[in-house]
Amino acid sequence: MVFSGTGLPGGRIGAAALAAVVMAMVMAVVAAGCGGGSPADPDRGRDAKSLTLTITRNAIAGGKNAEEAEWITRTVIPGFVAAQKAKGVTAKVTFRGQGVADEAYKTRLALDLKSRSGADIVDIDGIWVGEFAQAGYIRPLGDVVGPPADAWDGWTAIPASIQRQASFEGRRYGVPPSTDGRVLYFNRRLFARAGLPAAWQPRSWQDVLAAARALKRLPGVTPVQLDAGTAMGEATSMQGVLPLLAGAGAEIYSGGKWTGGGQALQQVLGLYAQIYGPEGLGDPKLQQEAKGRDKSFEEFAAGRIGILAEGDYLWRDVLNPKSGVARMRTRDQDVGYALIPAVAPGRGVRGQSFVSMSGGAVTVLNPNTKYPQQAFALLAYMNSAEMTRARTAGTPEITSRTDVNKQILAGDPFLTFVSEKALPVTSYRPGLAVYPRVSTALQEATAAVVSGTSPQDAAARYSEKLEGIVGGAANVAAR
Amino acid sequence: MAPPTSPRADVAAEPARSGADDAAGLGRARAAAFVAPALVLVAVFLVFPALWTLYLGTTDYRLTGVAASEPRFVGTANYRDVLGDGDFHRSLWLTAQFVIGSAVLGQTLLGFAVAWVMRDRPGPVRRLVEGLVLLAWILPSSVIAFLWIALLDRDGGTLNALLGTPGTAWLLDHPMGCVIVFNVWHGTAFSMMLYGAALGNVPPSHLETAALAGASTLQTLRDVVYPRVRGHVLTSLLLVGLWTFNDFTPFLITAGGPDGRSEIMSVYVYRTALGDGRLGAGAAVSLIMILINLAIALVYLRALRARRAAPAGAS
Amino acid sequence: MNEAVRGALRRIGLATFVSAVLGFFSLPLLWLAFAPFDADPGVSASLPEFTLHNFRVLMDNPYALASLRNSVLLAGGTAALVVTCAALAAYALSRVRVPGRDALLYVLLLLSSIVTGTAAMVPVFLLAFDLHLIDSRLGVVLVLTGGLLPAAIFLLKDFTDATPPSYEEAARVFGASPLQVLRHVVVPVIRPGLATVGVWAVAQVWGDFLMPFLLLRDPDKAPASVVMYTFYTEGGQPDLALISTFSLLYSLPVVAMYLFVSRRYGFRFHGGIKR
Repeated sequence: MVFSGTGLPGGRIGAAALAAVVMAMVMAVVAAGCGGGSPADPDRGRDAKSLTLTITRNAIAGGKNAEEAEWITRTVIPGFVAAQKAKGVTAKVTFRGQGVADEAYKTRLALDLKSRSGADIVDIDGIWVGEFAQAGYIRPLGDVVGPPADAWDGWTAIPASIQRQASFEGRRYGVPPSTDGRVLYFNRRLFARAGLPAAWQPRSWQDVLAAARALKRLPGVTPVQLDAGTAMGEATSMQGVLPLLAGAGAEIYSGGKWTGGGQALQQVLGLYAQIYGPEGLGDPKLQQEAKGRDKSFEEFAAGRIGILAEGDYLWRDVLNPKSGVARMRTRDQDVGYALIPAVAPGRGVRGQSFVSMSGGAVTVLNPNTKYPQQAFALLAYMNSAEMTRARTAGTPEITSRTDVNKQILAGDPFLTFVSEKALPVTSYRPGLAVYPRVSTALQEATAAVVSGTSPQDAAARYSEKLEGIVGGAANVAAR
Repeated sequence: MAPPTSPRADVAAEPARSGADDAAGLGRARAAAFVAPALVLVAVFLVFPALWTLYLGTTDYRLTGVAASEPRFVGTANYRDVLGDGDFHRSLWLTAQFVIGSAVLGQTLLGFAVAWVMRDRPGPVRRLVEGLVLLAWILPSSVIAFLWIALLDRDGGTLNALLGTPGTAWLLDHPMGCVIVFNVWHGTAFSMMLYGAALGNVPPSHLETAALAGASTLQTLRDVVYPRVRGHVLTSLLLVGLWTFNDFTPFLITAGGPDGRSEIMSVYVYRTALGDGRLGAGAAVSLIMILINLAIALVYLRALRARRAAPAGAS
Repeated sequence: MNEAVRGALRRIGLATFVSAVLGFFSLPLLWLAFAPFDADPGVSASLPEFTLHNFRVLMDNPYALASLRNSVLLAGGTAALVVTCAALAAYALSRVRVPGRDALLYVLLLLSSIVTGTAAMVPVFLLAFDLHLIDSRLGVVLVLTGGLLPAAIFLLKDFTDATPPSYEEAARVFGASPLQVLRHVVVPVIRPGLATVGVWAVAQVWGDFLMPFLLLRDPDKAPASVVMYTFYTEGGQPDLALISTFSLLYSLPVVAMYLFVSRRYGFRFHGGIKR
């Protein structure tokens, strides 16, 4: 137990040196930690004739999000460097690719920003904006860059709802490059065999259950996959609880209060109970497997799942016959899609009959960049119409820019459907620091229901947990 | 555990005593110089961050959010939270199963059995067995995690194909069982090598004597072998137990699931510190884990010392 | 007669045990042997539709091969430092009477379990940052060495304890200095121990994800353990073709090293570590 008294000859020297080293380091680190955030001058480094900038995001050549990594290194950087050169400025821009789990990426980013180091231009998930801002890791664009931030012409092309993805407490922290939406996918072949229509659009949850019961008669087919449980992580919230909650007329956070385990959540959990209950309309084991979501993709692609609630990237990057990870050669013929219905027509949030959920990344500036103006110029350049088109040339996606969407989505019926039908009825998650823990509590509630707890009990336990997370019952609304 | 302020003057001032053992003529200064590089590295890169972590355990420090910029001192609140957390109790119980099942019983017994059976085997068989056991030990954990996921998969898994039990979700139905068997597979090599070396210390003449006297294998093990390998049993239990207690590899296979049914201590810390970003609470759990390990070590020491005192001199 | 039956039964029992052990330890490895050569690998270890395509894809990956080199640098550097420092310290500790050294070593072992865990990542990161060791391979090597040293000293001290001091006394009679004694007398005797600890250290570093991930920034410096995790798609799906192929390449160096070391120096514990 004791470090002292080792009796080592010369132990005194070793011990004293050790104590001195440890003390000196504690002091150095404490001093470094106390250095307050100086109100940085937005115009610092503005007239530099030569500058270096670094971009990072969770993308890497030959791995995760490889297309994006290639877009940055082959298109964005050369274009920006050339434009700077025309102004007589030598710019050296490097891309630091990463390609790891989101949690690991977030950790490393937080540590970099905490130590006031790291890349100048950084991608974060939209729901991290609040917690990063509260920690002082990022600052509003207007503070970092000054007036040029608001004067950017790109803002006019980005709808206010998508700009909110990059905002916290009413201030913009970065530029959102793209957005997405959630729909119901269904397998038309299975639908035909079950006597269901090829152009299917359920109007209520009962319609979904009716179709599932018809599909149940097909051997070897799981009628519905509705993400549940903690193993699916945020997918359970994004593709499951949150759109259903919107369909039951409540968003998870509105009017300054979090939604507790009231009627709306009980309805949502009731649907989970019907799907994963005795009728066996879903596969409860799939919800528990560590790689369950990947497996749900494989099974859908293999025609063993009838209805699947997923985001639009399922179509773009999973089932894509050319580049997907669970390629479906007959995707365009066999996969149908429909809007997620409210519990009954007109009963969804804002009186809607259909709902969706959206999210997406946000590109922010490191507040400690040496060259705020040039970094913002690069950020704006990355999100210009021209660069946005280049980014989506390989695999089209719904960008944040309406002008670009008009051009690139024209030839893509599916993305047009998501953009024109789902996005107008979509909802967003609150960018607040406690959201991830609320989300976990929701996932645990679905896990409990899937393993047999009654929706009422699971909702009550969720309420209790929620009050602990958000600081008391005063911040919770029953709804 | 605190750094020293006053080393024991009596020992330092008594060169004759250290000289008695000092066959190589190291001398005080040289011995200190030999230890110094390791001491400095350990002090800077181990003791210092470890103490700092323990300090964080008394704050509400988080990775992001308000508590990241202004952590507050909360005293023992983290410890009270953790000790009152049902998930922590569950993870303690699962860790006990994991350590007892895979380290104390699995690795120690299988490691000893392999070492015992292989002690007088011919070369090729022995090299093959030892090579495979060691392969399981030195392959990177991310690789072996994939191997086991592939082995135990519900649909296409090799095990189901072999047993003719398609659709059996081993990782969901028996998560702890899988993780324990996995860890026996992964870690047996260390015990095997340790006991292999220890058995080399048992004089063959003693074994021959026992065989001539008609002793059964069990009797031989108990009366001839055990007294000579008792010290190694302690080392094996201490080291393997500590490593197993802190082993993170099961996370790569089950991610602590389903629904936390394989959330052993290291996974609990990971979920607290990284998943929830509650670094203060994660640090608190780390100290609790250390204290548990210390307590276990003392129990081992007492148990083995008691055994040594009682039936000494069986051989 | 009876004796012969018992002997036969014994041999059958032994053969069964040996086959069971062989089966248990080889079964999970099948996938690694087949999947890399499979055109469309799933999780099952099936006889593949043979292809070397996966290897070609990997060769085109800008980080895959470089990452193996980085792993060699990190693992080699750490192992060299660990073995050197641990051998010096273990030798001094075993030759000079130090009351309470076992307890001290055990406390250090306990502390090392904190530092290798996730809870310590912020202190470790900030420490490395203040020492200007971020994005430096040296930083990773130093941090990993600090974590591995207690166990390495623990393992090695037993080898030095078991070396009879009479050798050293003899060497001293002929006028050898303590360093010479260490180099020419002690090291040759404990060589299998040094080899074992070296292999152990390499295996530890080879598989470690957290420290290189936290401390390195430039993807060109990332070791294989980090690059392994980049073979995922946007949806977080593992790319089994790349992962299985890379797993094989990633495993071969440690296996080769083990074979080399065990052939050259022996791979075992000496008298066994005992207290």
